Amino acid sequence: MSDSISATDAVVKVRGLRNQFGTTVVHRGLDLDVERGEILGVVGGSGSGKSVLMRAILGLRPPQAGTIEVLGERIDEGVTARSLVRRRTGVLFQDGALFSSLTVRENVEVPIKTHYPDMSTELRRDLARLKIRMVGLSASAGSKLPSELSGGMRKRAGLARALAVDPELLFLDEPTAGLDPIGAAAFDELLATLRKALGLTVFLITHDLDTLYAICDRVAVIADGRILVAGPLSEVQDFDHEWVHDYFHGPRGRAANGADQPGS
Amino acid sequence: MPESPDIQPDPDRPGKLVATGDWRIDAVGGRTFSPRETSGDASELDATAVERLDSVGALLLVQASERAGMDPESIVLREEHRPLLEAVIAAVSGREPESDPEPAWVIFFAHIGEVTTSFGGGLKQFLGFLGLGVTSLMRTVFRPSQWRITSTVHHIEQTGLNALPLVLLLSYLIGAVIAYLGATVLKEFGAELFVVDLITIAFFREMGVLVTAIIVAGRTASAFTAQIGTMKSREEIDAMRTLGLDPFLLLVMPRLVALIIMLPVLAAAATLAGMVGGMTVAVISLGIGPDLFMSRIHETLELRHYLAGLVKAPLFAIVIAMIGCLEGFKVTGTAQSVGERTTSAVVQSISLVIVINALVAVLFMEIGW
Repeated sequence: MSDSISATDAVVKVRGLRNQFGTTVVHRGLDLDVERGEILGVVGGSGSGKSVLMRAILGLRPPQAGTIEVLGERIDEGVTARSLVRRRTGVLFQDGALFSSLTVRENVEVPIKTHYPDMSTELRRDLARLKIRMVGLSASAGSKLPSELSGGMRKRAGLARALAVDPELLFLDEPTAGLDPIGAAAFDELLATLRKALGLTVFLITHDLDTLYAICDRVAVIADGRILVAGPLSEVQDFDHEWVHDYFHGPRGRAANGADQPGS
Repeated sequence: MPESPDIQPDPDRPGKLVATGDWRIDAVGGRTFSPRETSGDASELDATAVERLDSVGALLLVQASERAGMDPESIVLREEHRPLLEAVIAAVSGREPESDPEPAWVIFFAHIGEVTTSFGGGLKQFLGFLGLGVTSLMRTVFRPSQWRITSTVHHIEQTGLNALPLVLLLSYLIGAVIAYLGATVLKEFGAELFVVDLITIAFFREMGVLVTAIIVAGRTASAFTAQIGTMKSREEIDAMRTLGLDPFLLLVMPRLVALIIMLPVLAAAATLAGMVGGMTVAVISLGIGPDLFMSRIHETLELRHYLAGLVKAPLFAIVIAMIGCLEGFKVTGTAQSVGERTTSAVVQSISLVIVINALVAVLFMEIGW
């Protein structure tokens, strides 16, 4: 996809980010790069500020200090930069965040209609149907309301909406939380396939160790208000920090690691 | 700058189509791109000249090849675009037709039928809920251990005390307006003094309690529905049941009792405020002094007028609390449903208050109260 862009080209560049609620400081001087074409897994304990980081990068929450650059635009500097970036990014919120009064297909059509109002209705419909099928839903799911879908289907529909206008950068907030292991594995596989087909860069918040081992190229650990370590999984899991050690070498971490070794 | 997307027959080889340019959504989507009609069938589609491709472009290539009567699999394109094309072909193939929506008139009549049956069902449900309320009230009234004092006091504050300023202000203004209205008509007969009779009868018999009930219906029925509805959608009600707690006793009874206590109090306050409003107008613009006003009240007012108004207050309280709570229990999951039920609670309780008020007025008229 990228022709003249060097391999170390960061799509998201966060420098010195500071976020606080009242007197509670969530991030103190957080730096993070997301490289083009990679799947970056962001992990951290509950309340460590993973979702706040995502909301800051998306421009939903103005930070107290620091700079955020997304796709070459400074996100903290005004509305025009944000709207430029929004067309090129897709977001999947935790429970899909589908508009409850619209059917799934209409949900997928919303970003297309917003960003490309001149597109013909027919092509827009076809495109929405294509995305619904690409995320593994049946075409008949398109005419259903979000309340008629199961949790896993809602996530897939949310992903279809996030992918509607072919974003370069995709943000996922715990995409496999609340799915059964089979559904979660299928979602991982779907993500890998879509990444290959569409050339996506993915920012992925997760608690799911299996997802980390299965699809992430790099892992970033948030703790103490900053990124402790970011790098390939093999480096990160040997990092000397109590939380990192407990996370990767606790009973669940060992199980996920062990399960991954003999396979692909 | 990449070229704009295009597709046309190869001049050298008949039956071969060549696609060129930038086939991404920015280039394609803005102007309803569709490949130029080709003469007759084609057997080859060469897209190696396509510089950039995304899923819209891939979809259009697949559609173009299908229109030309060829297999999308045989499209020739750059190696880096191959996975995308395959993903799109996989998603497009085996497409099952979406079920057609019903014609408009079928939906229209079905909707009428639905509303009609749901009206009957709703009435039955309301009566059942009312019965449950009455029996629970009877059961708990002699068992102080089951009284939810804290919760009841909380709701007395929420629905009673906090509503007091609004009720007073609105009743005061309505009292003033009625006095003006009466004065304009009665002045022609030189009978301004009867404005006092008008305000007294109106407020003690009807307006005091009616204005209060309408304000409380709008303010409190909606709050009850939203509170209980949110709890229902977050499965708190189910959690109570599994813990052996009765959501009816816990949620409905304190609200019902609070409203039964507070609505008569609010109605009495509203009556007083309305009288003060009327008196203000009488003193300022009709020249009826406060002492004359008061003595005229004494001549007009009988206890039966006040009772005729006050007996309606607990009745309205039951209707408002029951509808508010019942609609809350009807919430199903979504946030939209909470909104719908809240609207329905306000509409139902206000209409029912006015209807009951009219029926009771006719009844009292007939029995000569």
